[in-house]
Amino acid sequence: MKRASWQEYQKDIADDKYYYARSCIRQNFFPGSERAFLDILRGDLGRDVMDDPIHTSCTGIGYHSDVVPLETIMTVVARQFALMGEAGYENFISSCITSFGIYTEILSTWEEFPETEERTREYLYKATGRELVKPRSLAHTSDIVFHFRDEIARKAKRKLVNVYTGRPLRVVEHIGCHYAKIFPKSGIGGSEFPYVLAGMIESWGGEVVDYPERRHCCGFGFRNYLVQANRGYSIANSQKKLESMSPYKPDFIVGNCPGCSMFLDRWQYAIAEMEGTTYGADGQGIPVLTYEEMAGLVLGYDPWELGMQMHQVDVEPLLDKMGVEYDPAAKYLGRDGRYIGKPERAAVNNGCQRAIYDIKL
Amino acid sequence: MRSIRFGYGISKPRAIDIDSNDLRKSNEILREMPELQTCIGCGSCTASCTAGNLTQFNFRRVHTLVRRGEYMGAYEEMNKCMLCGKCRLVCPRGINTRGLAMLIKRKLGDF
Repeated sequence: MKRASWQEYQKDIADDKYYYARSCIRQNFFPGSERAFLDILRGDLGRDVMDDPIHTSCTGIGYHSDVVPLETIMTVVARQFALMGEAGYENFISSCITSFGIYTEILSTWEEFPETEERTREYLYKATGRELVKPRSLAHTSDIVFHFRDEIARKAKRKLVNVYTGRPLRVVEHIGCHYAKIFPKSGIGGSEFPYVLAGMIESWGGEVVDYPERRHCCGFGFRNYLVQANRGYSIANSQKKLESMSPYKPDFIVGNCPGCSMFLDRWQYAIAEMEGTTYGADGQGIPVLTYEEMAGLVLGYDPWELGMQMHQVDVEPLLDKMGVEYDPAAKYLGRDGRYIGKPERAAVNNGCQRAIYDIKL
Repeated sequence: MRSIRFGYGISKPRAIDIDSNDLRKSNEILREMPELQTCIGCGSCTASCTAGNLTQFNFRRVHTLVRRGEYMGAYEEMNKCMLCGKCRLVCPRGINTRGLAMLIKRKLGDF
């Protein structure tokens, strides 16, 4: 019998009317992903999402780095919830795994220790004059995409299938630690069998790669990374994962956390520079996608509109395998058609941008 | 490959793999001094150590690593012990720690 332990951990995900809290770092790392999420939900699925310009960072990075005290982050989070209430929404969705972990942790703390909630209400009122409204449901945006995975599959323009061989693409999924490892009940499938990304991959025709270090941390870990002297520990964790997945020849990696996707992508460059090791096919890197980019490709979005030119590891080999039509010359052209510059050639890249732009320039 | 100065390198794993370590010497030591298995790792031996007061010698660390089959440098480290026996007086489990220092040196002398 096929093991389906993930089914023991389920949660209610609202079907419409979401208040969207953006990530503070994601728009630098994968700049098209949040836009793609809004476009998919509003345009393709017809859902109501409030993208509020006056909400702030959850201060989670500062909190995990011992810079922001607990009372402060609770008040910041309470303000986000108050803004949601003022906008007339009840379903709070967060784009960042760290923020999602923070919101889950703080809601749980308020439940276990009601006096902290009362104190936070007081701080919030004194600081901003706002009233705390607790959300009816809290979900990560990958939960929302998971929730609509079958609807997306029905509208799909292409599948996660290799067009040359007809076989499913082999996909490594990486779940951010703060998604379910802190509060297993908060994630689909719990901490041991998180199904949120695997469900999307299976629905859209791909094959999930199960490899030994599948549940290992990417190594971000805030303090491990923020202090330069500690980064060797951070990169060693990513290397452990990449070495473990490499023999299974994955076509791409998909992540649901801003930090994980960023590190699994960029560390491939650093490892290649330090040790000369690359983990993908033909001596290049393994492309790393966010789940919004994966959903966008399935729904037929243009890869450059999804921001895929900003990846460290080039995505063209994957686009070719999926049969995505794209204009190679438009890769580094911004929204207004102006050339935005291109990165230096690196071992993990396949160098296809060089051939085009160097001739052009 | 270009030589970029990142300011850090890739840390080597510090995990101890008991399966791949050769535990013969460790088992011999435990056979001759079975009370070592009652060690609770409180660190009183290290705290009271005369040699540890003067050097980086850490008796608890050395005997813990030896029990796990990590013998590299243990003999040289154990040579810092002055055999004063204060650790034996403070051990809450009554382990003959001075005898243990001698035993580790005898067993690992040829490593």
